[in-house]
Amino acid sequence: MPQFPKPEDLPDDQRIVITGLGLTAPNGNSLKEFRDSLLNGRSGIQDYEIRYFGKTVAGICDFEVKRHQSRRDARRGTRAGSVGIYCAREAVANSGLDWDNIDTSRVGIYVGITEHGNVETESEIYEISKFDYDTSVWTHHHNPRTVANNPAGEIALNMSITGPHYTIGAACAAGNAGLIQGLQMLRLKECDIAIAGGVSESIHTFGIFAGFNSQGALASHEDPTKASRPFDVNRNGIVVAEGGCLYTLERLSDAKARSANIIGEIVGYAMNTDATDFVLPNPTRQAQCIRMALDRACINAEDIDIVSTHATGTGMGDVLECEAVRDVFGECNNTFINNTKSFIGHTMGAAGAIELAGNLASFDDNTVHPSINVDELDPQCAIDGLVINEARELDRVNYVFNNSFGMLGINSAVVIKRM
Amino acid sequence: MVPAEIRTAIIDILADIAPDEDLSNLNDDQSFRDQMELDSMDFLDIVMELRKRYRVQVPEEDYVQLESMASTVTYLTPKMVAVA
Repeated sequence: MPQFPKPEDLPDDQRIVITGLGLTAPNGNSLKEFRDSLLNGRSGIQDYEIRYFGKTVAGICDFEVKRHQSRRDARRGTRAGSVGIYCAREAVANSGLDWDNIDTSRVGIYVGITEHGNVETESEIYEISKFDYDTSVWTHHHNPRTVANNPAGEIALNMSITGPHYTIGAACAAGNAGLIQGLQMLRLKECDIAIAGGVSESIHTFGIFAGFNSQGALASHEDPTKASRPFDVNRNGIVVAEGGCLYTLERLSDAKARSANIIGEIVGYAMNTDATDFVLPNPTRQAQCIRMALDRACINAEDIDIVSTHATGTGMGDVLECEAVRDVFGECNNTFINNTKSFIGHTMGAAGAIELAGNLASFDDNTVHPSINVDELDPQCAIDGLVINEARELDRVNYVFNNSFGMLGINSAVVIKRM
Repeated sequence: MVPAEIRTAIIDILADIAPDEDLSNLNDDQSFRDQMELDSMDFLDIVMELRKRYRVQVPEEDYVQLESMASTVTYLTPKMVAVA
């Protein structure tokens, strides 16, 4: 294990800070709305119906597409592109950057995605099915919509950004992976501003619902707001959700020079791999990933105030993550643990970024939002410090820790420090 | 279809392709490009929608015929005379 320098000992041009964020979640289209929902137990899960699969539940966003995009461009592009454009524009507005005078060749766009292209491919197959599968009616928009860089590229087109843009395919760890990529590119001076995080359009592909259902991992409940229930003994799977969250990241030196409002500093991060199973997580590797992020931040587990868990509401996934979290944070008396998916479901590629955002608000209100829908805590998920159903006020929140894990054993963690 | 019906059909297609445009004052003798923000992908959309909605094929060498409303209607009239 390498010895990392203390983050505060790094030169300011190697310290990376969050200066703005824009988000759309099923229960809020700004951090203010989202935070209010998280502190007041407001779920964003609704009844939903999708072609072929039928009735289910999902986390659905209602952000105003036309705020930042013409109807023509929205039609031409993808839902993930619209989500990305909304989040990126809102993040820039939130950052206070003088956008009209920014050299956009020095802006990089790094967008985490779980999957991309399924929505458009399914839709086109449905379209040609009406024409006896005549491929001459297959749309010429298919390729620009389904290339894997599409969501990031649509942001670049919309905002006239000529720096690098690409997506990071990292299953459900992608939101954190986008942030980490942005941080690394800033440190390498590949860009001066990074727009980084993750997006999801996954509720528009029936395949993801059908796939989780076949796997026995799709949540159902007669009350949609109760369907997503990580850590509850009666949880029965994942609620699929759409959404997005993108951050503006800058080097501390640049942020200071323009007297930017700094939301927090990314002091630690880590990614590793289970290499054990396509689907089932490996808590030993998860715990290792968490410790690597703490090591990079040069802090101990007990320094962390809030751990935002990845738990999705599946039987085994929640138990195994709790094992990893208990292993690292089990002896910490002042570390509190929560979960955001209980409110909004699983926003897939956006999950890491959105769930972090909801907790960064704790730097301002010193409150830990709860996990909801825990009517009967699963004894196997009973970790000390779990904040259930009611928010908890602390004296001060200095560090937020964010877990995000995904299929094929991809693990990620980030540590954000209050400035 | 008679020319007036073909014109309506084209207006419907344009309204879907360019929902932000006001098509009420479209000059039939002026090119689409001079009046609307249309690029090559939009012209392909017109060709595609004609194929999907009316089973009318417009070969690539004839794309120039879709320059204005008047030229489009003239070009499509013999092709769509049998379309209900």
